[in-house]
Amino acid sequence: MKRQPLLHPGLNLGSTDEYSHDVSEPIIFGFWVFLMADLVLFAILFATYASMSVQGQAGGPTPIDVFDLPSAFIETMLLLTSSITFGMASLALKYKADSLHLVFWLVLTFCLGAGFIGMELRDFWVMIQQGAVPQRSGFLSSFFLLVATHGIHVTAGLFWMLVLLLQLRVFGRTTEVKLRLMRLALFWHMLDIVWVCIFTFVYLFGVAQ
Amino acid sequence: MTDKHVETYTQDFRSYCIGGLLALILTSLAFGLVVFEVLPNFERLIAISVLAVAQIIVHFRYFLHISWHSHRDDLQLVLFTSLILFLMVGGTIWILFNLHEQMM
Repeated sequence: MKRQPLLHPGLNLGSTDEYSHDVSEPIIFGFWVFLMADLVLFAILFATYASMSVQGQAGGPTPIDVFDLPSAFIETMLLLTSSITFGMASLALKYKADSLHLVFWLVLTFCLGAGFIGMELRDFWVMIQQGAVPQRSGFLSSFFLLVATHGIHVTAGLFWMLVLLLQLRVFGRTTEVKLRLMRLALFWHMLDIVWVCIFTFVYLFGVAQ
Repeated sequence: MTDKHVETYTQDFRSYCIGGLLALILTSLAFGLVVFEVLPNFERLIAISVLAVAQIIVHFRYFLHISWHSHRDDLQLVLFTSLILFLMVGGTIWILFNLHEQMM
């Protein structure tokens, strides 16, 4: 079969909904530009963390003292699985005429994302109990800034998901709601990419050194 | 679903499955290297960095569907952003570590 040209990042609606597919290109491209700009924000926080985690320990706790690797692994798996389930939601949006599959996968994604945030808050709480508070050293300030910025993004994504579930109920599967869901999918997958950098360059590097 | 849609459904479904499987393998490898302390220290850091880059490419390819077939310059935008990020992060780390050494 001849491959259809992709109009934009993420799953394209293609021939399943010609109208929405035709109007989607500039809207989703605009959001894609925002996501690239958002990556720049994270990059600056990574650069700050990279120098602070080595030079800014100020005699306080070191990364290996405070990082809980099994917990980071569980968080990684939760977020990765939520990315896959959101993929299933995108497939349901594109191919299933009823909203049942779509709502099921979105709710599952929401639960996995909420589990991720819960685990992360628990990690922060354990660190704070050990005296590893943001104001202790440059390393801890930049750690909390970087990881919590990602956490706030995920939390925003969760709220966004709730709002869209509500819109699905009220408006049904209109073009607007479909395009919003497709943008949320991009946002969600992008946050997973940022988390890949966090678990590698923050958690694994911190423990391996 | 019509027959045509069944075919593209299989394609799209396979894309997410391949992506998910590859991402799981790469993540487990990276954590495994650190937990079981395989390889000497420096080589291990290089290895997990390479695994991270591989996983990012997998996510872009299979979850975000960025490819050479993109209609707009989606891929070029990603590559340009990567260049900017590399300059900013690499430059910052270079300058700050150099400064740190001079101050010791």
